[in-house]
Amino acid sequence: MDSTVASTGTEEKTWGGGNRPLKASYGKLMMWFFIVSDALTFSGFLAAYGFSRFKFVNEWPIADEVFTHVPFLHGQELPMIYVAFMTFVLIMSSVTMVLAVDAGHHMNKAKVTLYMFLTVIGGAIFVGSQAWEWATFIQGDYGAVQTKGGNILQFGEYVTVDGVAEFKRVSIDDIAIEQKSDRVDHERKNGLWFVGGESLPPYSVNEIYAGLAANENVLVRNQIIDENGHKTILSRAESLKQIKENGKLVVKGANLHVNEYGPSLFADFFFFITGFHGFHVFSGVVINIIIFFNVILGTYERRGSYEMVEKVGLYWHFVDLVWVFVFTFFYLV
Amino acid sequence: MAHEHKLEIFRGRWKFKSNIQKIWGVLAFLTFITIIEVVLGIYKPSILMDMWMDPFEGGFFATLGNILFSPIVYMKPLNLLFILLTLVKAYYITWDFMHMRDEQGSMRKMVVWTSVFLICYIMFILLQEGGYVFGVYNGEDALIKRDF
Repeated sequence: MDSTVASTGTEEKTWGGGNRPLKASYGKLMMWFFIVSDALTFSGFLAAYGFSRFKFVNEWPIADEVFTHVPFLHGQELPMIYVAFMTFVLIMSSVTMVLAVDAGHHMNKAKVTLYMFLTVIGGAIFVGSQAWEWATFIQGDYGAVQTKGGNILQFGEYVTVDGVAEFKRVSIDDIAIEQKSDRVDHERKNGLWFVGGESLPPYSVNEIYAGLAANENVLVRNQIIDENGHKTILSRAESLKQIKENGKLVVKGANLHVNEYGPSLFADFFFFITGFHGFHVFSGVVINIIIFFNVILGTYERRGSYEMVEKVGLYWHFVDLVWVFVFTFFYLV
Repeated sequence: MAHEHKLEIFRGRWKFKSNIQKIWGVLAFLTFITIIEVVLGIYKPSILMDMWMDPFEGGFFATLGNILFSPIVYMKPLNLLFILLTLVKAYYITWDFMHMRDEQGSMRKMVVWTSVFLICYIMFILLQEGGYVFGVYNGEDALIKRDF
């Protein structure tokens, strides 16, 4: 007897080998396996985001107040518009990808080249938009004060618009009053050069407090969402008391430790999930470029099939699919 | 290489002459859904902002009922609508852009049911426990104080 089995004798059966029960090529099936496992990775991330959000459900930042910027329209509050544009760009590049696949089925090299090129451009616009979105998020908007307990206190005042009193946010830059202090940035030239130091926040809490005391109409609002879906606005006396007693750190923008929008987990998940998705888009663009040059060189023409375009197409649509969910859970819900 | 595409969506209510036309049709539909989402997201109609059902009160079966009906007991109708529209978009991206509509039935089930089952599972565990942690932090007998 042989020590290894060379033939199972079941070749004529459906699963015995030698045929393709799923009517899909090996490469496409492997791409689907990868997509399923990657989908589970992303759903794990999004479910973890859901966990943290449920944990802080009545103090999570309101997306419409965080993502309000659109390039070239500085100072206007336009929630959702820019992400909707990004979503459309990605869906549009998915369409050009599927058109490339279709042209590949007809062995039309010129059309595949054109549509692959458009797909790469769409992907590049999306990655660029995401970089801009990150930069805006990191730079911050109005600034805030973090309390000893890690909560965020933001500033604003009531402004009457069309006869209705609305609460408008006020930037810490507008209220802070410079005070004499001995806060010095630790630089290589004025300290021990081999010891690192974190850069100082823009203002000290005392400067913000002096500004708050001087501006009679400015109020503080905390993270707690009331029954109408708005953040709780404190009374004047309570505002002063909170900053005086609990204010610990002035925060502008966002990083992995603190952010001016709310619980630090919010920024952590924003960076992690959109970053992981952005990395997928970036690698998708790189793979698309490689395939694009292969198409130009006629590799698939010689191979007699444009299946490679189809496989990279599957990956590209998957990236689009993930973004649809990221869009919902970060910006809509 | 013979490629036959199924050229109809919405269970045959919208038929197309060629695959390229179908692609543009699906794009129009996806864009339409995205526009609805954005408009709803900006205006937030107040009619969709209140839960449709109050949680059940009582013992074990009330808890069970709350879990079963959690999408309408604990979620605002607006958010439920967003999630449903997202799933609709996901369906058309997978079925028409990724050509799932043209694949063998067994392959479709292999991909879809594996994902659906595992994703529902992890969502249930994490969201349930997130709600529990919220209760520990914010309950009346909570030992953790975070009001400073």
